[in-house]
Amino acid sequence: MRLFICLFVLFFAVGGRAVAEELTEHGEEFNATEMIMHHIGDSHEWHIISFNAGAENEFSVTMPLPVILWHNNGLHVFMSSKFHNEKIIALGDDYAVLEHGHIYITDASGTLVHDENGAVTNASPLDFSITRNVASMLLGFAILLLLFGTAANGYAKRGGLSVPKGIQLLVEPAVLFIRDDIVREQIHSKRKADFFMPYLLTLFFFILINNLIGLVPFFPGASNLSGNISFTLTLAVISFLTINIFASKNYWKHTFLAPGIPLPIKIFIVPVEIIGLFTKPFALMLRLFANITAGHIIILSLTSIVFVLGTVAASPLTIILSLMMYCLEFLVAFLQAYIFTLLTTLFIGIAVNDAH
Amino acid sequence: MGILTPDPGLVFWTTLSFVILLLILRKVAWKPILRALKVREEYIEFSLRDAAQAKMEIARIGERQKEIVEEGRRQRDDIIREARDLKDGIIREAKEAAQKEAVRIIQQTHEQMEREKKEAILGIQQQISELSLEIASKILREELSSDIRQKSVIKQHLQDFTFN
Amino acid sequence: MSTALGLGVIILGLGLGIGLIGKGAMEAMGRQPEMSSKIQTAMIIAAALIEGAALFAIVVSWLIS
Repeated sequence: MRLFICLFVLFFAVGGRAVAEELTEHGEEFNATEMIMHHIGDSHEWHIISFNAGAENEFSVTMPLPVILWHNNGLHVFMSSKFHNEKIIALGDDYAVLEHGHIYITDASGTLVHDENGAVTNASPLDFSITRNVASMLLGFAILLLLFGTAANGYAKRGGLSVPKGIQLLVEPAVLFIRDDIVREQIHSKRKADFFMPYLLTLFFFILINNLIGLVPFFPGASNLSGNISFTLTLAVISFLTINIFASKNYWKHTFLAPGIPLPIKIFIVPVEIIGLFTKPFALMLRLFANITAGHIIILSLTSIVFVLGTVAASPLTIILSLMMYCLEFLVAFLQAYIFTLLTTLFIGIAVNDAH
Repeated sequence: MGILTPDPGLVFWTTLSFVILLLILRKVAWKPILRALKVREEYIEFSLRDAAQAKMEIARIGERQKEIVEEGRRQRDDIIREARDLKDGIIREAKEAAQKEAVRIIQQTHEQMEREKKEAILGIQQQISELSLEIASKILREELSSDIRQKSVIKQHLQDFTFN
Repeated sequence: MSTALGLGVIILGLGLGIGLIGKGAMEAMGRQPEMSSKIQTAMIIAAALIEGAALFAIVVSWLIS
């Protein structure tokens, strides 16, 4: 642990100093907002490391990712490195350019039309590319399969009664925690609890692994997948569907008819209940998005202090503060996965539990 | 603003990944893991129940044991008491018999002594009478050897007779 | 400017709300330590609901700016 902290400090001190000197030498303005927005957004390539940043001979090592476009009923697949070699790529009759991480349809000369605010007004093809976020999701996917596949193999081979060993020790407390402290607490019928277990376990670990991958500060991490609204939107929609598809008749009756409540109040309560159906998953979506994105923004802002001030003297401040933020974000990564799962379970529980 | 706009590509991939992950993990991982955990849970439950039963059994056996011990103790006490009674009885009888015997022996001894005493007295009386006769005869012989003496004695005796 | 002001007000309310929940939970746990886990769950749920409303307000203030 001590060694790790030393390395961490050294890494930031050396790296920060080098970049700061480069920036001040070349007199280039460092734009923290742009850097942060670039980081928390998506990208068609996976940036690994830059040498001579800001200099003439800047050289970046990046991993090209496949671009998959659907345009004019035709599927176009190529590697993103193609945008480096030829700026304008032909998609059937049209042409595409990559501008600020976004692909636009242009004419043969690659003209982009801007409106008065500077936003590009060109049309975009349907972009199903394996972007950095998708790639990091696939990485998480592979890690989860490997982790739980191995653990399950251990259980299948050695039976449930043997003492857990190796990876099982990692998996078992988490699974037991979700089963006993989350699912069985909220969903009273044991049969129903068992039914929802696979979904909730997958949800928890999927969010958790992506949160954690996002916290790794170098190559196979540093993506902002769980702080991306598309990701949280998808999970929230899946939660919404799960809650409402399996809801009991009793739940619908209480939502739409609110029995046992006087009519004047009913007029107010029922619309609130109906809006509540949608605000619950909406809050789930925003909570995860905002927490993870905010964490990334804070860490990046703290790192930017050195570059904004243009002096190495600020690095101790940066290092101490970002170390603290990393610890906090590590906690948040678990906490948000827990809260998302807990609230989903709670809503499912409200929807499927029998009336008392 | 940009970060709040959902990207259809990422939504698509997230949905696909999540659903496939759910299906694969449910089949490959959650089923065996949850089954194993359930087996363990039930095993523990059964074990606890068994343990509780065994505990009850042990308690029951302990109770029984205590009863048996109690019974044994009572029997022992009975036996001891009986034995003591018996012993006391025997001792008492023996004492009584001994006393009787002793009384009898003493009586016998008494009788014998009495008898012997009588005999002895008889013997002594006889001897005394013989001795008296002898002595008397000797004395008489001696006394009456002289006439004077004879006369005085007679005289004296006569005097005594008179007084009688 | 108005966004910043709005965010400040939101954080004010959010902090107050979650702080009160935390206070209540701590007191309850102090009084009944054996109920800690249940209180904790209830606390997180209540905090999450407040947070949801605050996030909603944050997004709205961001969107209308």
